[in-house]
Amino acid sequence: MQQPKPIDPNLWTNEAQPQLIGGKLPDGKIVFPMPEGDAAAEVEQFLLSREGTLWSWTSQEFRPKLPYDGPEDFEPYLIGYVELPGEVIVETRIVNTTLDKLELGMPMALTIISFDTERSTYAFQPESAQ
Amino acid sequence: MSDVYIIGAGIHPFGRTEGRSGREQGIYAVREALADAGLKWQDIQCAFGGSSAAGSADIMVNELGLTGVAFTNILNGCATGGSSLAAAQYAVASGTFDLAMAVGFDKHPRGAFNFKPREYGLPSWYGQNGMMLTTQFFAMKIQRYMRLYGIRRETLGRVAEKAFRNGEKAAHAWRRSPVDLETIMNSQMVNDPLTKYMFCAPAEGGAAMILASQKKMNELGVTGIKIASIAVRTRPPNSFEVFQPGVSIVEGGKPTQLASAAAFEMAGIGPEDIDVAQLQDTESGAEIMHMAENGFCKDGEQEQWIAEGRTEIGGALPVNTDGGCIACGEPIGASGLRHVYENMQQLRGRASARQVPNNPKTAYSHVYGAPGISAVAILEA
Repeated sequence: MQQPKPIDPNLWTNEAQPQLIGGKLPDGKIVFPMPEGDAAAEVEQFLLSREGTLWSWTSQEFRPKLPYDGPEDFEPYLIGYVELPGEVIVETRIVNTTLDKLELGMPMALTIISFDTERSTYAFQPESAQ
Repeated sequence: MSDVYIIGAGIHPFGRTEGRSGREQGIYAVREALADAGLKWQDIQCAFGGSSAAGSADIMVNELGLTGVAFTNILNGCATGGSSLAAAQYAVASGTFDLAMAVGFDKHPRGAFNFKPREYGLPSWYGQNGMMLTTQFFAMKIQRYMRLYGIRRETLGRVAEKAFRNGEKAAHAWRRSPVDLETIMNSQMVNDPLTKYMFCAPAEGGAAMILASQKKMNELGVTGIKIASIAVRTRPPNSFEVFQPGVSIVEGGKPTQLASAAAFEMAGIGPEDIDVAQLQDTESGAEIMHMAENGFCKDGEQEQWIAEGRTEIGGALPVNTDGGCIACGEPIGASGLRHVYENMQQLRGRASARQVPNNPKTAYSHVYGAPGISAVAILEA
């Protein structure tokens, strides 16, 4: 079987302990994702923390229209925002948990999951699920 | 700057109208607004308007008449209607024109809106990954808000229940049957904590306003409603908005707060002086949060407000008296002007079964949309 490819090659570092790739603005502010094109001028690449706390969340119960291009065979999924202390709050898939277990401020950690048969994407899971 | 009045208001019923294009629904609203003002299309000197998905507004001169009118297309997301009204107001207030028109219309396909990431300056993966849905933003905003300020799930249901109850009484509303709380709470979950009946749906419709200078209004011998203020604002730094893969850890301001504060300052009145309000209710959580963002209550007080019925038609501050977006649906280009239409009906005592009692004198309208834009208009009878 072929190794799944990242949904975007510039989203996270390709290593055993991957990190999301953000940017550092000239004023020190951290942004996610790393800006592209002219907007990237003067923005320094900044690797984001792998751990944070849950800021908010919801479920996606129906298959979104385009531009979503996940599997036709739709399974509801969770998304949320995870606050990386001192850095930025990132929007992400939430995995290995259920709605009733989620609460504000719970510790979360980065993981890479399969998106479809060919591609992978990033997600956060409760630290306790590791 | 001189005072500007709305002397005519028109609407095409919201919902689904087979066989009539979005622009035709806009034209229908224009003809109704002209008739309301006792004017002909030939009298209109300038016009502003637009749609999100139903084409350019200026093409309607083909049907309305080739009068050479100065017609500017406005494309400003959910604030298209508010921005059109603002542009028409600026045009008359500046003294350049005496009579102006603002029009908005739309016709969307069924289901959630779909957006193209690149058009919003976002990378393709953001859309592919299934994170570019406005409904998710509203769900995550209210999810956090509920926990920070003690808003209960049932309160979300009560807001939707009120919307359908009010919509039943509005001829231009789409959903005109009451839906009970249990049905709302148990309907299909869309994005937790929001169920199907708590959301507005993309729809069709049109709305139009005729604006006049005070001098022109007196010349014509008609009475109008004064635009006390109008403010359009985009997002300040560090705000939390629709379509943000990354949010600042520093809590920023909100476009609604900026537009609201500016509108109140210009009008020289405060939230306590408002008799009726139409607030953006993309879903029921938005109405709750927008009550605070527009300054009508403090964060968390909505629980008590709604339990006491303060936002009902007979309450201290009736909110979304025609059922709002939840009962009317959201044709993006027309939605902001529907708010103003409903306020015109209320201030002129024409709102029939949903009329706010005791002759309301001040009315407030607010829209919010992607990518973080808000428009507020305050009318005074």
